[in-house]
Amino acid sequence: QKVSVEVLDHLERLALVDFRDSEGVERLQKAIQFADQLHEVNTDGVEPMDSVLEDRCLYLREDDVTEGNCTKDLLENAREKVEEYFVAPPGNIPLPNLEE
Amino acid sequence: AVLNDGLRSQVSAALKEGQITPTELCQRCLALIKSTKFLNAYITVAEESALKQAEESEERYRRGQPLGILDGVPIAVKDNFNTAGIETTCASNMLKGYISPYNATVVQKLLDQGAVLLGKTNLDEFAMGSGSTDGVFGPVRNPWSYSKQYKEKSVPKSHSEDEESNWVITGGSSGGSAAAVSSFTCFAALGSDTGGSTRNPAAHCGVVGLKPTYGLISRHGLIPLVNSMDVPGILTRCVDDAAILLGSLAGHDPKDSTTVQDDFKPFELPNLTDVSKLSIGIPKEYNAPGLSSEIVALWLKAADLFKNAGAKVVEVSLPHTRYSIVCYHVLCTAEVASNMARFDGLEYGHRSDKKDSTESMYAATRREGFNDVVRGRILSGNYFLLKQNYEKYFVKAQKVRRLIANDFVEVFRSGVDILLTPTTLSDAAPYTEFIQEDNRTRSAQDDVLTQAANMAGLPAISVPTALSEKGLPVGLQFIGRSFQEKQLLTVAKWFEKQVQFPMIQLEEVKRHDSGVFQHQKSASFS
Repeated sequence: QKVSVEVLDHLERLALVDFRDSEGVERLQKAIQFADQLHEVNTDGVEPMDSVLEDRCLYLREDDVTEGNCTKDLLENAREKVEEYFVAPPGNIPLPNLEE
Repeated sequence: AVLNDGLRSQVSAALKEGQITPTELCQRCLALIKSTKFLNAYITVAEESALKQAEESEERYRRGQPLGILDGVPIAVKDNFNTAGIETTCASNMLKGYISPYNATVVQKLLDQGAVLLGKTNLDEFAMGSGSTDGVFGPVRNPWSYSKQYKEKSVPKSHSEDEESNWVITGGSSGGSAAAVSSFTCFAALGSDTGGSTRNPAAHCGVVGLKPTYGLISRHGLIPLVNSMDVPGILTRCVDDAAILLGSLAGHDPKDSTTVQDDFKPFELPNLTDVSKLSIGIPKEYNAPGLSSEIVALWLKAADLFKNAGAKVVEVSLPHTRYSIVCYHVLCTAEVASNMARFDGLEYGHRSDKKDSTESMYAATRREGFNDVVRGRILSGNYFLLKQNYEKYFVKAQKVRRLIANDFVEVFRSGVDILLTPTTLSDAAPYTEFIQEDNRTRSAQDDVLTQAANMAGLPAISVPTALSEKGLPVGLQFIGRSFQEKQLLTVAKWFEKQVQFPMIQLEEVKRHDSGVFQHQKSASFS
């Protein structure tokens, strides 16, 4: 079953890796084919496992501020910034579809 | 013979008694790193800061106040752990030039105990791979390629073709760390293990590779691949050293809520003499397709070793073993799709010049920053997470995961203490041969024996066992019960003592460090 162009465009919007060329598509097809082997296993009545630590209570700490005030450090690694803002190009502009 | 010493028995004592100073030790390691540069084990060598740390350590020894057994001991860290002030790249263009503002918890713990951080080691890009061949800084070469043991057994086709084309891979993805420990440039190194990435290169490089129980060691600051399977890994030259490192790293971290809250008590490994109360399980499914007859023979020999020493050795079954790779493929790509979303060029890392729109900038940044392996996994992961595929693939894989984990529960419930399996399908392949198959195929092949332990979150260790016919290391793996690292390492130490794995005879090292190697001795300690 081949991946349709619609699904591919949808995937690209989610993944944003610019991998809709023939190589990317071939990789994806092979990955799906490989994953299909999962369906050989009978999992009736089996609960999905999120974590091997599912029997334990997750640690929750007190809702107190213990660190912060590191704006300067955090901005250090950004390429484009203005005062204390990270600057992004305009948003809400959809990616072109594969055929375009 | 300082550089090939174990931590507990020799180096720490030597430092304490002043036989060698931390700065001398640090300088020797730095010099050795320079002379073994062709291995490409290190991405960044933090010479200045390492020497500074060594000086501070020396001052503490002078005052008679060392911080502990790791004070002044040179270590290396895989380049997917955040290190403050030192570049962290994950061997990717996406993070080239990225200087982290903080230390990963495990790094901080080592520094707090006075360890000297020599540098960051090479890996497959974002830890995706089983060869340490797919990073942007090039592949890591296995030090054993240059060993007397390997050279003696290899027949060069022509004079010019010998070393340059014959070198073998380290395995991966923590190949740089394994090579660093194996070539004596550091006493221990941190790796990471998601599908076998610490144990695989450990086996190929003839060093000890420990994968701790999931939840024992903090992942805070380890750039994540698969949040539900990743663990920091420990690479050392002997099992005792691995226990020391474990002792200094394990324990609850409030910054990583997936670390368990149980009290962890560091332990010293007893010298086991009586194995008659031990039950060793041999999972028959680990006689996997492609397993070399050489390794099968070693595996059987090891089983006999235990049997002859009085242990109970039984064949067991882990029926879902063969699905672990497929299951991993789906869960890994799904978690990767999520984890890699943070790399968008805005806050850190590479940023593309494309400015038309946020999304086109993100897409271009990620195309430029990630290699094909990473991009491919992100795309596949997103596919498996689509609404129409979620149940069919992602949830299905989670169900299979439970079946795999349950297989182990059943076996341990039946009275088996430790499982004994091979770590890899064969000894290390020559690089030219390895790259003939693509990354996914190789990973699928090479992870088969190690992956299930990550699925189930169990502790596992690869111990160097013997040399192959080609003169290359082969390791065997022990898998233990959750949080029973003491038992696991005790058995591993006993085994290490029995097999007396030979020390690597590196001619380059010998040439450079003449006078330091007074005699060759085996790498095991009694």
